[in-house]
Amino acid sequence: MVAMPPIISVSKLSKTYASGFSALKSIDLDIHRGEIFALLGPNGAGKTTLISIICGLVTPSAGSVTADGHDIGKDYRSARTKIGLVPQELTTDAFETVWATVNFSRGLFGKPRNPELIEQILKDLSLWDKRNAMIRTLSGGMKRRVMIAKALSHEPQILFLDEPSAGVDVELRQDMWQLVRRLRESGVTIILTTHYIEEAEEMADRVGVISKGEIILVEEKTELMRKLGKKQLTLSLQQKMAAVPEALAAYNLALAAEGEELVYTYDTKAERTGITSLLQDLSAAGIRFNDLNTSQSSLEDIFVSLVRNRP
Amino acid sequence: MSAMAFNPHAIRAIYKFEMARTFRTPLQSIVSPVISTSLYFIVFGAAIGAHMPAVGGVSYGAFIVPGLIMLSLLTQSIANASFAIYFPKFTGTIYELLSAPVAWWEAVIAYVGAAASKSILLGLIILLTATFFVPLRIEHPVFMLVFLALTATTFSLFGFIIGIWADGFERLQVIPLLVVTPLTFLGGAFYSIDMLPGFWRTVALFNPVVYLISGFRWSFYGAGDVSVGVSLAMTLVFLVGCIAVVGWIFRTGYRLKN
Repeated sequence: MVAMPPIISVSKLSKTYASGFSALKSIDLDIHRGEIFALLGPNGAGKTTLISIICGLVTPSAGSVTADGHDIGKDYRSARTKIGLVPQELTTDAFETVWATVNFSRGLFGKPRNPELIEQILKDLSLWDKRNAMIRTLSGGMKRRVMIAKALSHEPQILFLDEPSAGVDVELRQDMWQLVRRLRESGVTIILTTHYIEEAEEMADRVGVISKGEIILVEEKTELMRKLGKKQLTLSLQQKMAAVPEALAAYNLALAAEGEELVYTYDTKAERTGITSLLQDLSAAGIRFNDLNTSQSSLEDIFVSLVRNRP
Repeated sequence: MSAMAFNPHAIRAIYKFEMARTFRTPLQSIVSPVISTSLYFIVFGAAIGAHMPAVGGVSYGAFIVPGLIMLSLLTQSIANASFAIYFPKFTGTIYELLSAPVAWWEAVIAYVGAAASKSILLGLIILLTATFFVPLRIEHPVFMLVFLALTATTFSLFGFIIGIWADGFERLQVIPLLVVTPLTFLGGAFYSIDMLPGFWRTVALFNPVVYLISGFRWSFYGAGDVSVGVSLAMTLVFLVGCIAVVGWIFRTGYRLKN
């Protein structure tokens, strides 16, 4: 089977602003059709610049981007018709009604009126009751929903969510995640930027990490977690230990908290974790412990170590 | 699906949006300019005009009507179009237009078309209002409408350029207040430039508004400060100039894109 071409293909993309700031440094990135891709990175890493270039808000200094095979510069109409954007800032037409503004967006993107579809979108986003309300009367969370509705009004194949969780309460965040999953099921590709790791961890199929204008890693999320996600078993010892006993040398053990804790690092995906035999060997060696707990490195740990370890 | 070469839905959406904005604030958009122009008719036309000699066989009250309509047309076209594009820049909602499959000329047609439509409508309302205060005749109604439409379009384009250039509300106001209003007052709205002494008459001919008012007045009374052909040509030159500047703005992304 021939692999599907990527829905977005970014090639050697650079952006240097007039101030001389180099926001993107020759980036290559492919987004697969139908996936949820999380772009992680600290503030100022270039996430928004990258999205802004793909969506047409910023002119690239060099390089090219195609969306569903259409060059975003030469064939901008076809490219942009496929794309919906929910920007980070809450920018709405304060004096318009929800209904008018969402219908306006559909027209702007070249689609004929379709009241039934807009009705469905508003219902999906719990905005139907507010359809005749002026946008300025809505809460911040409701405004965010309006912006999502606007981005979906022209049935895009690709949806960009730039920091979707910024200033959003738990309820809306969960609604939004549900919506994102439904969209993915209907075939929409979703690219979200975030610096909330849990968001990427919960949602994404693949994760890209951007730092100082460079993509430093792109990986399947589960693969990333497996590769870098080690699990640790920490035993609080009854008696301090000066060194790991010879009898236990076969295990990947380390002492911590000045010898009061024994830490065992293992791989959850391995055939055997070795925990059962370790506990047996501990008891045979007469080592007793008060407590034990296990912890798993999260994407956040991985992310922090990746960004920190950069020169 | 073949590639879209033209996006009429977008033009329609922007045009409707802009017209809706006007009719949401009828007091500010329509009633207030009509009232302020009517005040001129009352003060200069009916009250003072009664003591003024006729200009070129036209009573002073009637003489100033074309110039006053031009004054409104110019200021309103600029105000409407500059605000229409400046406000989305100010609030950030411009992102949607920039990310939409809309060509620059489609955006210009929609924004400028809406601003010009409003001005033309306003000009006709003021014209109608004027008939209540002064006796009017229109010798060349077709040319009157042509001048009305051309001037509204040209100055809406000019306002659009100001709206893109402006990076604050002060800049938005500065050109209309410091340039356009003086040029209109000095451009023969209240007098024929023949009344000026020779040197100032020559200076006046460098004022583009003279040609607009002259041509518009010609369509009413069959006489103007300069010939109607020159008026028409100057109006078209200004129109083409504005189109060229707008084209350059969008090709370079000037002040809209980084």
